[in-house]
Amino acid sequence: MATYAPPIPVVSAHRVEREPRGWTSWITTTDHKRIGIMYMVTTFLFFCLGGVEALMMRLQLGAPNNTLVTPVVYNQLFTMHGSTMIFLFVVPMMAGLANYFVPLMIGARDMAFPRLNALSYWLLLAGGVVFYASIFWNPPEAGWTSYVPLSLTSYTPSGGQDAWIYLIHLTGLSSILGAINFYATIANMRARGMSWGRLPLFIWAILTYSILIIFAMPVIAGAVTMLLTDRHFGTHFFDPGTGGSPILWQHLFWFFGHPEVYIMILPGFGIVSEILPVFARKPIFGYKAIAAATVAIAFLGFLTWAHHMFTTPIPEAILVFVMLSSYLIAVPTGVKVLNWIATLWRGTVELKTPLLFCVGFIALFVIGGISGVFLATFPIDWQVKETYFLVAHLHFVLMGGSVFTIFAAIYYWFPKMTGRMLDEGLGKLSFYLMFVGFLATFLIQHVIGLDGMPRRVYEYDNVGNLALYNQISTVGSFILGMGVLVTIVNVVRSLKVGVTAGPDPWKANTLEWFTTSPPPVNNFDTIPLVRSVEPMKDIRREIERRTHGTQATGGATVPTGATQVGV
Amino acid sequence: MIPSTLAFFTPLSGGSPNANEIDSLFKITLYVALVIFVLVEGALLYALLRFRARKGAVPAQIRGNTRLEVGWTVAAALILVGLAAVTFAKLSSIQNPPNSSSNGVALASSGNRLYASAQRRLPPNGKSLNIQVIGRQFIWQYFYPGASEPDGLGAPYSYEDMVVPTNTTVTLDIESSDVVHEWWVPELGPKFQAVPGYHNYSWFKVLKPGIYRGQCSLICGRGHARMIATVRALPPREFEAWLASQKKQITEANAAAQAARKKLSTQTGAGQVENP
Repeated sequence: MATYAPPIPVVSAHRVEREPRGWTSWITTTDHKRIGIMYMVTTFLFFCLGGVEALMMRLQLGAPNNTLVTPVVYNQLFTMHGSTMIFLFVVPMMAGLANYFVPLMIGARDMAFPRLNALSYWLLLAGGVVFYASIFWNPPEAGWTSYVPLSLTSYTPSGGQDAWIYLIHLTGLSSILGAINFYATIANMRARGMSWGRLPLFIWAILTYSILIIFAMPVIAGAVTMLLTDRHFGTHFFDPGTGGSPILWQHLFWFFGHPEVYIMILPGFGIVSEILPVFARKPIFGYKAIAAATVAIAFLGFLTWAHHMFTTPIPEAILVFVMLSSYLIAVPTGVKVLNWIATLWRGTVELKTPLLFCVGFIALFVIGGISGVFLATFPIDWQVKETYFLVAHLHFVLMGGSVFTIFAAIYYWFPKMTGRMLDEGLGKLSFYLMFVGFLATFLIQHVIGLDGMPRRVYEYDNVGNLALYNQISTVGSFILGMGVLVTIVNVVRSLKVGVTAGPDPWKANTLEWFTTSPPPVNNFDTIPLVRSVEPMKDIRREIERRTHGTQATGGATVPTGATQVGV
Repeated sequence: MIPSTLAFFTPLSGGSPNANEIDSLFKITLYVALVIFVLVEGALLYALLRFRARKGAVPAQIRGNTRLEVGWTVAAALILVGLAAVTFAKLSSIQNPPNSSSNGVALASSGNRLYASAQRRLPPNGKSLNIQVIGRQFIWQYFYPGASEPDGLGAPYSYEDMVVPTNTTVTLDIESSDVVHEWWVPELGPKFQAVPGYHNYSWFKVLKPGIYRGQCSLICGRGHARMIATVRALPPREFEAWLASQKKQITEANAAAQAARKKLSTQTGAGQVENP
């Protein structure tokens, strides 16, 4: 006969170390929150550099046959712009957000490998510094795609191309280490009760992002190493004169490059899936469908790379296969958009800045998705590929997509990270400037492309209305830039004078709002038991029940005094 | 929506049947896209305006609706199946060149340099005017039929300006001698990469005489923006006259160069002259 031993209450205490101070503490830190902040600040600086490069290009294209910059400088500008935005802004910015919020959202006290996490950041910074150091000598000029043979020493002898290779190596290594860390953290360190079915959708997105990075990044790392040895150590992987193949580079590059697109957008999908329910005061519509769509997109993302190569000598069977697989990927993506709209449907929508950026994202991403179907249809692609139509498409999904979700995340999580709210008025001004500026810049670029203007040209003749269209685009880009500037002002200002946020200013659903703003070094003193996909809703309900004494409603479902609630 | 108001939102066409077919495929896709665009953006806007937070409004706590979700997944898939079907229906007229018209240039029985392959397509009767397009930093070079020697040497050629006869099916054999370029003349149809070490193929059949502008569309270096390709379509008789005069000019220029070299080599010694 088993004897019943009543549980003995145990006080578990642990020493909370005093927060380190001074600037050296930022160098030695392994705290995921500080590393996250460093990621975000660094990548935002690179975003500003990339933005200035974009504005210089738009200035050059503001008038036909303009002579503001030389062809060499123009080629360097678009190479730096593309590489910066992809490798030094969107991908690591998502890593920064994930760094800060993955442990908080799953109820962990840090990442699985804190020191590796610090290494990821420092590798990223090293990559950025090596790359930008090249502006004092010869910046790279072969485009962010660095097609061979153009990027081989015979045609691009300058060290800038090598700086580009090291950028890919260092940021790629940073991403791979970070991805392994995220995967390990999410797989092993979730709070009690957080089963896979209760994982916040942002965490699903970061998990998928990590898997994509682990599979795709080694391919580009290998490819740029081959490029490096071709350039300096006499190998012939890509040089057609000695039996190499320029097509091989395109395959390797895009085998990485297409999943990279989803590496950049899936975390954004996750951010939107977190923010919409909070401001519609309604659960996410179709949690399982969104999580499943995330995984489906990631899988299909590895089958579509050759749609970047529709104009190469390529067998018909591959053209057809890739068109169909690219169509197929539109289905889960479309499903997500409809789920988001259904989340707003019959809710009570509060038009706060984070929600505005999310809605702006949906509106723009729909356009980018639709133009993507045109590009996936290979006979149409034969006309619009490598033109401003493509430039418009990629900015609709990357800038209207990823960047708008990053701004939504900044406005949504700034109170958690700093303890202060961002100003709503400035936030809305920033949104409207960015939204209008974005449309003015990029909507007209579809037409510029359809009228025959290829991308990556430093000048053009005024055929048809090209001068007018380009002028509109240039004016739009400066409005867009002003919108970004307003957010920078907002952030700097709110750090000093922002309204105190408190732990849960938005009445949100996920665990990061359970702790103080900003969170202490150890994140949580008590980690709550998770009983649904919206743990904070449960906790608020429980607090309400206890403080207002609503036992009459049958409080038996939650045992009174249950420590797992943690309040 | 009246098609003409959308004209500025469609690709350039009108030069060649394949460009026209791509244009019509684009338009069909555009109509479907517009319907989806209006429905989705409309639903988003409606949700925002209709379901704004108001006093007393209670958000419906709905977590999903399997039937609805399966429904729109299937609907999205069906739309894409439809678009794929339209694309496949149009494919043959975009990819396969037609025969030359009777008022085109009289073509000899396809010339011995012509051959068909999976990627290179010939008209049903196997006859086309084949032009070799070679991309190089930063100019396009074209070799026309009419080589004076069996190995292809002595073929008339031109730079930047491609001259072609109207009503004649022109097949292109696209190559590169340095980096990757991309051949594109929008009104004459698809663009294709010129990849060193590879052959790529395209075709067009110009119906109206005129000048069709294009340029290299893949970044190929510092002069990329000025790597122009122009196609000048002439009536068959004028084309033949142009080809003959081009050939004559090249032959004469070669002969003159030969003479100059000979003269120079007698003055300075053969070792001092390039290609004596």
